[in-house]
Amino acid sequence: MTELDISNSTSASSAQTNAIEVRNLNFYYGKFQGLKNIHLDIAEKKVTAFIGPSGCGKSTLLRTLNRMYSLYPGQRAEGEINFYGQNILDAKQDLNLLRARVGMVFQKPTPFPMSIYDNIAFGVKLYESLNKADMDERVEWALTKAALWEEAKDKLGQSGLSLSGGQQQRLCIARSVAVKPSVILLDEPTSALDPISTAKVEQLVHELKSDYTVAIVTHNMQQAARCSDYTAYMYLGELMEFGNTDQIFVKPKRKETEDYITGRFG
Amino acid sequence: MNQNLYRRRKLVNRLGLMLSMFAMVLGLFVLLSILFTLFKNGLSSFDLALFTQSTPAPGSEGGGLANAIVGSLMMVVVTTLISTPIGVFAGVYLAEFGDNNKVAAITRFVTDIMLSAPSIVLGLFIYAIYVAQVRHFSGWAGSFALCLIAIPVVVRTTENMLRLVPGSLREAAFALGSPRWKVSTFVTLRAARAGVITGLMLALARISGETAPLLFTALNNQFFSTNMNEPMANLPVVIFQFAMSPYDNWIGLAWAGALLITLTVLVLNIVARVLFRDKVAG
Repeated sequence: MTELDISNSTSASSAQTNAIEVRNLNFYYGKFQGLKNIHLDIAEKKVTAFIGPSGCGKSTLLRTLNRMYSLYPGQRAEGEINFYGQNILDAKQDLNLLRARVGMVFQKPTPFPMSIYDNIAFGVKLYESLNKADMDERVEWALTKAALWEEAKDKLGQSGLSLSGGQQQRLCIARSVAVKPSVILLDEPTSALDPISTAKVEQLVHELKSDYTVAIVTHNMQQAARCSDYTAYMYLGELMEFGNTDQIFVKPKRKETEDYITGRFG
Repeated sequence: MNQNLYRRRKLVNRLGLMLSMFAMVLGLFVLLSILFTLFKNGLSSFDLALFTQSTPAPGSEGGGLANAIVGSLMMVVVTTLISTPIGVFAGVYLAEFGDNNKVAAITRFVTDIMLSAPSIVLGLFIYAIYVAQVRHFSGWAGSFALCLIAIPVVVRTTENMLRLVPGSLREAAFALGSPRWKVSTFVTLRAARAGVITGLMLALARISGETAPLLFTALNNQFFSTNMNEPMANLPVVIFQFAMSPYDNWIGLAWAGALLITLTVLVLNIVARVLFRDKVAG
Protein backbone atom coordinates (compact mmCIF):
# COMPACT_ATOMS: atom_id res chain seq x y z
CA MET A 1 0.00 0.00 0.00
CA THR A 2 2.99 2.25 0.56
CA GLU A 3 3.93 1.97 -3.06
CA LEU A 4 0.41 2.80 -4.10
CA ASP A 5 0.64 6.04 -2.14
CA ILE A 6 3.85 7.02 -3.80
CA SER A 7 2.45 6.43 -7.24
CA ASN A 8 -0.64 8.39 -6.30
CA SER A 9 1.22 11.33 -4.98
CA THR A 10 3.66 11.52 -7.82
CA SER A 11 0.92 11.30 -10.41
CA ALA A 12 -1.07 13.94 -8.59
CA SER A 13 1.73 16.41 -8.57
CA SER A 14 3.56 15.78 -11.80
CA ALA A 15 4.87 18.95 -13.42
CA GLN A 16 4.45 20.71 -10.09
CA THR A 17 6.97 22.18 -7.75
CA ASN A 18 6.61 20.66 -4.33
CA ALA A 19 6.95 22.99 -1.37
CA ILE A 20 7.16 20.06 1.01
CA GLU A 21 8.02 16.42 0.42
CA VAL A 22 7.34 14.03 3.25
CA ARG A 23 9.28 10.77 3.09
CA ASN A 24 9.15 7.74 5.38
CA LEU A 25 7.72 9.78 8.22
CA ASN A 26 7.04 7.97 11.49
CA PHE A 27 5.84 9.87 14.51
CA TYR A 28 5.74 8.83 18.13
CA TYR A 29 3.96 10.15 21.19
CA GLY A 30 6.19 8.41 23.69
CA LYS A 31 5.66 4.76 22.80
CA PHE A 32 2.49 5.27 20.80
CA GLN A 33 3.07 5.56 17.08
CA GLY A 34 0.90 8.39 15.75
CA LEU A 35 2.02 8.35 12.12
CA LYS A 36 3.13 5.35 10.11
CA ASN A 37 5.44 5.64 7.15
CA ILE A 38 3.91 8.69 5.51
CA HIS A 39 4.83 9.65 1.95
CA LEU A 40 3.28 12.85 0.74
CA ASP A 41 3.99 15.81 -1.53
CA ILE A 42 2.53 19.21 -0.85
CA ALA A 43 2.43 21.19 -4.06
CA GLU A 44 3.48 24.80 -4.17
CA LYS A 45 0.68 27.37 -4.29
CA LYS A 46 -2.04 24.77 -4.03
CA VAL A 47 -4.38 23.80 -1.24
CA THR A 48 -3.84 20.34 0.21
CA ALA A 49 -6.52 19.04 2.57
CA PHE A 50 -6.09 16.33 5.21
CA ILE A 51 -9.28 14.47 6.08
CA GLY A 52 -10.04 11.44 8.20
CA PRO A 53 -11.79 10.43 11.42
CA SER A 54 -10.73 11.77 14.83
CA GLY A 55 -7.39 10.49 15.99
CA CYS A 56 -6.23 9.47 12.52
CA GLY A 57 -3.13 11.64 12.74
CA LYS A 58 -4.02 14.49 10.41
CA SER A 59 -3.30 17.20 12.98
CA THR A 60 -0.19 15.32 14.03
CA LEU A 61 1.03 15.35 10.45
CA LEU A 62 0.35 19.08 10.17
CA ARG A 63 2.22 19.74 13.40
CA THR A 64 5.31 17.97 12.09
CA LEU A 65 5.48 20.40 9.16
CA ASN A 66 6.44 23.35 11.39
CA ARG A 67 7.94 21.12 14.10
CA MET A 68 5.32 22.32 16.59
CA TYR A 69 5.65 18.95 18.29
CA SER A 70 9.21 19.85 19.33
CA LEU A 71 7.73 21.98 22.11
CA TYR A 72 6.80 18.78 23.87
CA PRO A 73 9.42 16.41 25.15
CA GLY A 74 8.44 12.82 24.45
CA GLN A 75 7.14 13.54 20.96
CA ARG A 76 9.48 12.70 18.12
CA ALA A 77 9.50 12.22 14.38
CA GLU A 78 11.65 9.96 12.23
CA GLY A 79 12.12 10.13 8.50
CA GLU A 80 12.43 13.13 6.24
CA ILE A 81 10.41 16.24 5.62
CA ASN A 82 12.02 18.20 2.83
CA PHE A 83 11.00 21.84 2.74
CA TYR A 84 12.32 23.12 -0.59
CA GLY A 85 14.99 20.46 -0.44
CA GLN A 86 16.03 21.02 3.14
CA ASN A 87 15.27 18.32 5.71
CA ILE A 88 13.54 20.17 8.56
CA LEU A 89 13.70 17.16 10.86
CA ASP A 90 17.44 17.70 10.95
CA ALA A 91 18.59 18.42 14.51
CA LYS A 92 20.41 21.50 13.24
CA GLN A 93 17.22 23.07 11.85
CA ASP A 94 16.54 26.47 13.47
CA LEU A 95 12.95 26.16 14.60
CA ASN A 96 12.19 29.87 14.84
CA LEU A 97 13.31 30.49 11.28
CA LEU A 98 11.34 27.47 10.09
CA ARG A 99 8.18 28.66 11.80
CA ALA A 100 8.60 32.13 10.32
CA ARG A 101 8.43 30.46 6.88
CA VAL A 102 5.77 27.89 7.73
CA GLY A 103 2.92 29.71 9.45
CA MET A 104 0.10 28.07 11.36
CA VAL A 105 -3.48 28.90 12.30
CA PHE A 106 -5.16 26.91 15.04
CA GLN A 107 -8.55 25.40 15.71
CA LYS A 108 -9.58 27.97 18.28
CA PRO A 109 -8.89 31.63 17.58
CA THR A 110 -5.86 32.68 19.62
CA PRO A 111 -5.53 36.47 19.51
CA PHE A 112 -2.71 37.73 21.73
CA PRO A 113 -3.72 39.91 24.69
CA MET A 114 -2.80 43.13 22.86
CA SER A 115 -4.30 45.51 20.32
CA ILE A 116 -5.36 44.38 16.86
CA TYR A 117 -2.48 46.37 15.40
CA ASP A 118 0.07 44.84 17.78
CA ASN A 119 -1.28 41.35 17.12
CA ILE A 120 -0.15 41.76 13.50
CA ALA A 121 3.00 43.74 14.28
CA PHE A 122 4.23 41.21 16.87
CA GLY A 123 5.25 38.59 14.34
CA VAL A 124 6.54 41.09 11.79
CA LYS A 125 8.82 42.75 14.35
CA LEU A 126 10.49 39.43 15.08
CA TYR A 127 12.20 39.32 11.72
CA GLU A 128 11.96 42.79 10.17
CA SER A 129 12.57 46.25 11.52
CA LEU A 130 10.08 48.47 9.74
CA ASN A 131 9.46 52.14 10.35
CA LYS A 132 6.02 53.29 11.44
CA ALA A 133 4.73 54.00 7.93
CA ASP A 134 5.92 50.66 6.55
CA MET A 135 4.46 48.83 9.53
CA ASP A 136 1.12 50.61 9.09
CA GLU A 137 1.15 49.55 5.49
CA ARG A 138 2.01 45.96 6.38
CA VAL A 139 -0.79 45.78 8.95
CA GLU A 140 -3.29 47.12 6.44
CA TRP A 141 -2.03 44.72 3.79
CA ALA A 142 -2.31 41.70 6.10
CA LEU A 143 -5.75 42.65 7.36
CA THR A 144 -6.91 43.23 3.78
CA LYS A 145 -5.56 39.82 2.80
CA ALA A 146 -7.56 38.28 5.63
CA ALA A 147 -10.70 40.24 4.63
CA LEU A 148 -10.77 41.98 7.99
CA TRP A 149 -9.59 45.48 7.06
CA GLU A 150 -13.03 46.98 6.50
CA GLU A 151 -14.28 45.71 9.86
CA ALA A 152 -11.16 46.50 11.86
CA LYS A 153 -9.68 49.66 10.36
CA ASP A 154 -11.42 51.97 12.83
CA LYS A 155 -10.46 49.99 15.91
CA LEU A 156 -6.86 48.96 15.37
CA GLY A 157 -6.04 50.14 18.90
CA GLN A 158 -8.66 47.93 20.52
CA SER A 159 -7.86 44.60 22.07
CA GLY A 160 -7.84 41.65 19.69
CA LEU A 161 -10.09 39.91 22.21
CA SER A 162 -12.86 42.45 21.55
CA LEU A 163 -13.50 40.95 18.10
CA SER A 164 -16.06 38.23 17.43
CA GLY A 165 -14.92 34.62 17.08
CA GLY A 166 -14.93 34.71 13.28
CA GLN A 167 -13.10 38.02 13.22
CA GLN A 168 -10.57 36.72 15.73
CA GLN A 169 -9.83 33.77 13.48
CA ARG A 170 -9.34 36.06 10.48
CA LEU A 171 -7.06 38.19 12.69
CA CYS A 172 -5.01 35.05 13.35
CA ILE A 173 -4.83 34.37 9.63
CA ALA A 174 -3.78 37.98 9.03
CA ARG A 175 -1.12 37.57 11.70
CA SER A 176 0.30 34.52 9.94
CA VAL A 177 0.13 36.16 6.52
CA ALA A 178 1.84 39.34 7.79
CA VAL A 179 5.09 37.48 8.42
CA LYS A 180 5.07 36.53 4.69
CA PRO A 181 5.63 32.81 5.12
CA SER A 182 5.73 30.53 2.12
CA VAL A 183 3.48 27.85 3.62
CA ILE A 184 0.40 28.32 5.80
CA LEU A 185 -0.88 25.42 7.87
CA LEU A 186 -4.53 25.56 8.95
CA ASP A 187 -5.58 23.18 11.71
CA GLU A 188 -9.38 22.93 11.52
CA PRO A 189 -9.60 26.70 11.21
CA THR A 190 -13.39 26.84 11.02
CA SER A 191 -14.45 24.23 13.56
CA ALA A 192 -15.21 26.89 16.18
CA LEU A 193 -16.93 29.28 13.76
CA ASP A 194 -20.48 29.94 12.60
CA PRO A 195 -21.44 29.21 8.95
CA ILE A 196 -21.03 32.80 7.75
CA SER A 197 -17.57 33.15 9.26
CA THR A 198 -16.73 29.71 7.88
CA ALA A 199 -17.69 30.82 4.39
CA LYS A 200 -15.45 33.88 4.73
CA VAL A 201 -12.49 31.83 5.90
CA GLU A 202 -13.01 29.33 3.08
CA GLN A 203 -13.12 32.14 0.55
CA LEU A 204 -9.90 33.36 2.10
CA VAL A 205 -8.21 29.97 1.78
CA HIS A 206 -9.12 30.04 -1.89
CA GLU A 207 -7.50 33.45 -2.34
CA LEU A 208 -4.43 32.67 -0.26
CA LYS A 209 -3.26 29.98 -2.64
CA SER A 210 -2.31 32.48 -5.30
CA ASP A 211 0.60 33.51 -3.06
CA TYR A 212 0.99 30.73 -0.52
CA THR A 213 1.13 26.99 -0.24
CA VAL A 214 -1.75 25.95 2.01
CA ALA A 215 -2.25 22.76 3.99
CA ILE A 216 -5.57 22.44 5.81
CA VAL A 217 -6.84 19.87 8.27
CA THR A 218 -10.61 19.61 8.32
CA HIS A 219 -13.34 17.47 9.77
CA ASN A 220 -15.75 18.81 7.24
CA MET A 221 -15.61 16.90 4.01
CA GLN A 222 -17.59 19.45 2.05
CA GLN A 223 -14.99 21.96 3.11
CA ALA A 224 -12.19 19.80 1.77
CA ALA A 225 -14.12 19.31 -1.45
CA ARG A 226 -14.87 23.02 -1.79
CA CYS A 227 -11.51 24.57 -1.14
CA SER A 228 -8.72 22.09 -1.80
CA ASP A 229 -6.82 20.98 -4.90
CA TYR A 230 -5.44 17.80 -3.37
CA THR A 231 -6.86 15.66 -0.63
CA ALA A 232 -5.18 13.17 1.66
CA TYR A 233 -7.38 10.63 3.45
CA MET A 234 -5.82 9.34 6.65
CA TYR A 235 -6.83 6.54 8.96
CA LEU A 236 -5.14 5.23 12.11
CA GLY A 237 -1.92 7.06 11.43
CA GLU A 238 -1.63 5.91 7.85
CA LEU A 239 -2.08 7.80 4.65
CA MET A 240 -4.77 5.74 2.92
CA GLU A 241 -5.21 7.67 -0.27
CA PHE A 242 -3.86 10.84 -1.78
CA GLY A 243 -4.75 12.53 -5.02
CA ASN A 244 -6.65 15.25 -6.80
CA THR A 245 -9.58 16.38 -4.70
CA ASP A 246 -11.99 15.79 -7.59
CA GLN A 247 -10.79 12.28 -8.04
CA ILE A 248 -10.83 11.46 -4.31
CA PHE A 249 -14.37 12.68 -3.91
CA VAL A 250 -15.83 11.44 -7.16
CA LYS A 251 -13.96 8.22 -7.74
CA PRO A 252 -11.83 7.14 -4.81
CA LYS A 253 -9.56 4.21 -5.53
CA ARG A 254 -9.94 2.58 -2.17
CA LYS A 255 -13.09 1.24 -0.62
CA GLU A 256 -12.20 2.70 2.81
CA THR A 257 -11.95 6.21 1.39
CA GLU A 258 -15.27 5.85 -0.32
CA ASP A 259 -16.90 4.61 2.87
CA TYR A 260 -15.58 7.56 4.82
CA ILE A 261 -16.50 10.14 2.23
CA THR A 262 -19.99 8.84 1.73
CA GLY A 263 -20.51 8.80 5.48
CA ARG A 264 -20.79 5.08 5.89
CA PHE A 265 -17.91 5.21 8.29
CA GLY A 266 -16.24 7.74 10.58
CA MET B 1 -38.26 5.35 40.25
CA ASN B 2 -37.26 4.81 43.82
CA GLN B 3 -39.09 7.36 46.00
CA ASN B 4 -37.02 6.57 49.08
CA LEU B 5 -33.75 7.18 47.30
CA TYR B 6 -34.99 10.51 46.02
CA ARG B 7 -36.29 11.57 49.41
CA ARG B 8 -33.00 10.62 51.02
CA ARG B 9 -31.03 12.61 48.48
CA LYS B 10 -33.16 15.66 49.18
CA LEU B 11 -32.60 15.28 52.89
CA VAL B 12 -28.83 14.98 52.48
CA ASN B 13 -28.90 17.99 50.21
CA ARG B 14 -30.77 20.09 52.78
CA LEU B 15 -28.44 18.93 55.55
CA GLY B 16 -25.34 19.82 53.54
CA LEU B 17 -26.76 23.21 52.70
CA MET B 18 -27.52 23.91 56.36
CA LEU B 19 -24.03 22.90 57.48
CA SER B 20 -22.34 25.13 54.92
CA MET B 21 -24.64 28.04 55.77
CA PHE B 22 -23.71 27.59 59.42
CA ALA B 23 -20.00 27.58 58.61
CA MET B 24 -20.41 30.72 56.53
CA VAL B 25 -22.33 32.54 59.25
CA LEU B 26 -19.71 31.54 61.82
CA GLY B 27 -16.86 32.85 59.66
CA LEU B 28 -18.70 36.04 58.80
CA PHE B 29 -19.62 36.59 62.45
CA VAL B 30 -15.99 36.38 63.57
CA LEU B 31 -14.87 38.72 60.80
CA LEU B 32 -17.59 41.26 61.49
CA SER B 33 -17.03 41.19 65.23
CA ILE B 34 -13.31 41.85 64.68
CA LEU B 35 -14.16 44.78 62.44
CA PHE B 36 -16.78 46.01 64.91
CA THR B 37 -14.34 45.88 67.86
CA LEU B 38 -11.67 47.68 65.82
CA PHE B 39 -14.08 50.43 64.83
CA LYS B 40 -15.47 50.77 68.35
CA ASN B 41 -12.05 51.10 70.01
CA GLY B 42 -10.02 52.62 67.20
CA LEU B 43 -12.30 55.25 65.75
CA SER B 44 -11.85 57.68 68.69
CA SER B 45 -8.11 57.98 67.99
CA PHE B 46 -8.56 57.82 64.20
CA ASP B 47 -8.07 61.50 63.43
CA LEU B 48 -5.77 63.81 61.49
CA ALA B 49 -3.16 63.75 64.27
CA LEU B 50 -2.78 60.02 63.63
CA PHE B 51 -1.19 60.84 60.28
CA THR B 52 0.67 64.07 61.22
CA GLN B 53 2.20 63.44 64.64
CA SER B 54 4.77 60.88 65.65
CA THR B 55 4.40 58.36 68.44
CA PRO B 56 4.24 60.13 71.83
CA ALA B 57 6.85 59.71 74.53
CA PRO B 58 5.76 57.85 77.66
CA GLY B 59 3.59 60.07 79.79
CA SER B 60 2.97 62.76 77.18
CA GLU B 61 -0.47 63.52 75.78
CA GLY B 62 -1.87 62.96 72.28
CA GLY B 63 0.46 61.93 69.49
CA GLY B 64 -0.05 59.95 66.32
CA LEU B 65 1.49 57.20 64.22
CA ALA B 66 3.07 59.25 61.41
CA ASN B 67 6.54 57.74 61.93
CA ALA B 68 5.14 54.21 62.02
CA ILE B 69 2.96 54.75 58.96
CA VAL B 70 5.86 56.20 56.94
CA GLY B 71 8.20 53.49 58.20
CA SER B 72 5.78 50.72 57.26
CA LEU B 73 5.14 52.28 53.85
CA MET B 74 8.85 52.60 53.10
CA MET B 75 9.61 49.05 54.10
CA VAL B 76 6.63 47.70 52.18
CA VAL B 77 7.61 49.69 49.08
CA VAL B 78 11.22 48.49 49.26
CA THR B 79 10.02 44.93 49.80
CA THR B 80 7.71 45.18 46.80
CA LEU B 81 10.48 46.58 44.62
CA ILE B 82 12.81 43.73 45.58
CA SER B 83 10.37 40.83 45.64
CA THR B 84 8.34 41.66 42.52
CA PRO B 85 11.11 41.09 39.95
CA ILE B 86 12.57 38.11 41.81
CA GLY B 87 9.18 36.51 42.41
CA VAL B 88 7.80 37.13 38.92
CA PHE B 89 10.96 35.94 37.17
CA ALA B 90 11.09 32.82 39.31
CA GLY B 91 7.40 32.18 38.62
CA VAL B 92 7.93 32.57 34.87
CA TYR B 93 10.87 30.19 35.07
CA LEU B 94 8.84 27.58 36.93
CA ALA B 95 5.82 27.81 34.63
CA GLU B 96 7.53 28.19 31.27
CA PHE B 97 10.81 26.35 31.63
CA GLY B 98 10.26 24.21 34.69
CA ASP B 99 8.80 20.97 33.37
CA ASN B 100 10.94 17.88 33.97
CA ASN B 101 13.64 20.05 35.41
CA LYS B 102 15.47 19.31 38.63
CA VAL B 103 16.32 22.93 39.50
CA ALA B 104 12.67 23.87 39.07
CA ALA B 105 11.48 20.96 41.19
CA ILE B 106 13.83 22.00 44.00
CA THR B 107 12.81 25.66 43.68
CA ARG B 108 9.15 24.68 43.90
CA PHE B 109 9.80 22.53 46.98
CA VAL B 110 11.79 25.26 48.76
CA THR B 111 9.13 27.85 47.90
CA ASP B 112 6.45 25.67 49.42
CA ILE B 113 8.44 25.30 52.62
CA MET B 114 9.07 29.05 52.75
CA LEU B 115 5.34 29.65 52.32
CA SER B 116 4.57 27.77 55.49
CA ALA B 117 7.67 28.71 57.49
CA PRO B 118 6.85 30.56 60.74
CA SER B 119 7.53 34.22 60.07
CA ILE B 120 9.48 34.63 63.29
CA VAL B 121 12.02 32.13 61.98
CA LEU B 122 12.48 34.22 58.86
CA GLY B 123 13.02 37.28 61.07
CA LEU B 124 15.59 35.43 63.16
CA PHE B 125 17.34 34.29 60.00
CA ILE B 126 17.80 37.90 58.83
CA TYR B 127 18.86 38.81 62.37
CA ALA B 128 21.56 36.16 62.27
CA ILE B 129 22.93 36.84 58.80
CA TYR B 130 22.46 40.61 58.60
CA VAL B 131 21.59 42.42 61.85
CA ALA B 132 24.14 40.51 63.93
CA GLN B 133 26.84 41.26 61.32
CA VAL B 134 26.26 45.02 60.99
CA ARG B 135 25.42 45.24 64.70
CA HIS B 136 22.35 47.45 64.46
CA PHE B 137 18.68 47.11 63.63
CA SER B 138 17.58 48.80 60.42
CA GLY B 139 14.77 49.38 57.96
CA TRP B 140 16.72 47.43 55.36
CA ALA B 141 16.81 44.38 57.60
CA GLY B 142 13.05 44.70 58.08
CA SER B 143 12.54 44.85 54.31
CA PHE B 144 14.74 41.82 53.74
CA ALA B 145 12.77 39.81 56.28
CA LEU B 146 9.50 40.86 54.62
CA CYS B 147 10.95 39.87 51.23
CA LEU B 148 11.42 36.32 52.49
CA ILE B 149 7.68 36.22 53.17
CA ALA B 150 6.58 38.00 50.00
CA ILE B 151 8.75 36.24 47.42
CA PRO B 152 7.30 32.71 47.83
CA VAL B 153 3.76 34.09 47.61
CA VAL B 154 4.59 35.96 44.39
CA VAL B 155 6.44 32.97 42.91
CA ARG B 156 3.58 30.54 43.45
CA THR B 157 0.76 32.86 42.31
CA THR B 158 2.76 33.89 39.23
CA GLU B 159 3.40 30.26 38.34
CA ASN B 160 -0.23 29.26 38.89
CA MET B 161 -1.58 32.19 36.87
CA LEU B 162 0.79 31.45 33.99
CA ARG B 163 -0.30 27.84 34.00
CA LEU B 164 -3.89 29.01 33.49
CA VAL B 165 -2.93 30.56 30.15
CA PRO B 166 -4.13 28.14 27.47
CA GLY B 167 -1.39 26.21 25.69
CA SER B 168 -2.89 27.22 22.36
CA LEU B 169 -1.89 30.84 22.95
CA ARG B 170 1.68 29.77 23.61
CA GLU B 171 1.69 27.56 20.51
CA ALA B 172 0.29 30.41 18.41
CA ALA B 173 3.18 32.64 19.46
CA PHE B 174 5.71 29.91 18.74
CA ALA B 175 4.06 29.33 15.36
CA LEU B 176 5.08 32.83 14.29
CA GLY B 177 8.71 31.93 14.86
CA SER B 178 8.93 33.72 18.17
CA PRO B 179 11.82 32.82 20.46
CA ARG B 180 10.92 31.34 23.79
CA TRP B 181 11.70 34.34 26.01
CA LYS B 182 9.52 36.55 23.83
CA VAL B 183 6.64 34.10 24.05
CA SER B 184 6.95 34.04 27.83
CA THR B 185 7.22 37.79 28.35
CA PHE B 186 5.14 39.38 25.60
CA VAL B 187 2.40 36.81 25.28
CA THR B 188 2.02 34.50 28.27
CA LEU B 189 2.93 36.93 31.05
CA ARG B 190 0.80 39.57 29.37
CA ALA B 191 -2.17 37.24 29.20
CA ALA B 192 -1.76 36.43 32.89
CA ARG B 193 -0.98 39.94 34.06
CA ALA B 194 -4.23 40.50 35.99
CA GLY B 195 -3.62 37.30 37.95
CA VAL B 196 0.02 38.16 38.56
CA ILE B 197 -0.92 41.63 39.85
CA THR B 198 -3.50 39.97 42.09
CA GLY B 199 -0.73 37.82 43.53
CA LEU B 200 1.42 40.88 44.15
CA MET B 201 -1.39 42.62 45.99
CA LEU B 202 -2.07 39.57 48.13
CA ALA B 203 1.62 39.41 49.02
CA LEU B 204 1.46 43.12 49.88
CA ALA B 205 -1.55 42.53 52.10
CA ARG B 206 0.24 39.67 53.78
CA ILE B 207 3.43 41.57 54.62
CA SER B 208 1.79 44.81 55.71
CA GLY B 209 0.50 43.12 58.86
CA GLU B 210 3.53 40.96 59.69
CA THR B 211 4.95 41.71 63.14
CA ALA B 212 7.25 38.85 64.10
CA PRO B 213 9.88 39.28 61.37
CA LEU B 214 10.19 43.00 62.19
CA LEU B 215 10.84 42.50 65.89
CA PHE B 216 14.39 41.28 65.27
CA THR B 217 15.13 43.41 62.24
CA ALA B 218 13.57 46.87 61.99
CA LEU B 219 12.77 46.93 65.71
CA ASN B 220 11.13 50.28 66.32
CA ASN B 221 11.93 53.97 66.50
CA GLN B 222 9.99 56.46 68.54
CA PHE B 223 11.14 59.33 66.35
CA PHE B 224 10.29 60.20 62.78
CA SER B 225 12.99 58.74 60.53
CA THR B 226 13.28 57.96 56.85
CA ASN B 227 16.76 56.50 57.14
CA MET B 228 16.57 52.87 56.13
CA ASN B 229 19.89 52.26 57.85
CA GLU B 230 18.48 53.01 61.28
CA PRO B 231 15.90 51.23 63.37
CA MET B 232 12.58 52.08 61.84
CA ALA B 233 9.14 52.60 63.30
CA ASN B 234 6.43 50.43 61.79
CA LEU B 235 2.77 49.86 62.49
CA PRO B 236 2.76 46.21 63.61
CA VAL B 237 5.52 46.57 66.20
CA VAL B 238 4.09 49.90 67.48
CA ILE B 239 0.72 48.22 67.91
CA PHE B 240 2.40 45.35 69.73
CA GLN B 241 4.21 47.64 72.16
CA PHE B 242 1.47 50.23 72.65
CA ALA B 243 -1.28 47.71 73.21
CA MET B 244 0.57 46.33 76.24
CA SER B 245 1.42 49.74 77.69
CA PRO B 246 -0.26 51.32 80.74
CA TYR B 247 -0.98 54.64 78.96
CA ASP B 248 -4.49 55.29 77.68
CA ASN B 249 -3.40 57.38 74.69
CA TRP B 250 -0.95 54.62 73.62
CA ILE B 251 -3.65 51.99 73.82
CA GLY B 252 -5.95 54.22 71.78
CA LEU B 253 -3.24 54.65 69.14
CA ALA B 254 -2.69 50.88 69.03
CA TRP B 255 -6.39 50.38 68.27
CA ALA B 256 -6.31 53.08 65.61
CA GLY B 257 -3.20 51.50 64.04
CA ALA B 258 -4.86 48.10 64.03
CA LEU B 259 -7.91 49.59 62.34
CA LEU B 260 -5.69 51.29 59.76
CA ILE B 261 -3.82 48.08 58.88
CA THR B 262 -7.01 46.04 58.72
CA LEU B 263 -8.68 48.55 56.42
CA THR B 264 -5.59 48.65 54.19
CA VAL B 265 -5.46 44.87 53.94
CA LEU B 266 -9.20 44.74 53.30
CA VAL B 267 -8.94 47.30 50.50
CA LEU B 268 -5.95 45.51 48.95
CA ASN B 269 -7.83 42.22 49.02
CA ILE B 270 -10.96 43.72 47.51
CA VAL B 271 -8.97 45.44 44.73
CA ALA B 272 -7.14 42.17 44.03
CA ARG B 273 -10.43 40.30 43.79
CA VAL B 274 -12.00 42.86 41.49
CA LEU B 275 -8.94 42.73 39.25
CA PHE B 276 -9.03 38.95 39.10
CA ARG B 277 -12.79 38.85 38.47
CA ASP B 278 -12.35 41.20 35.52
CA LYS B 279 -9.64 38.94 34.18
CA VAL B 280 -11.82 35.86 34.41
CA ALA B 281 -14.77 37.67 32.85
CA GLY B 282 -12.77 39.16 29.98
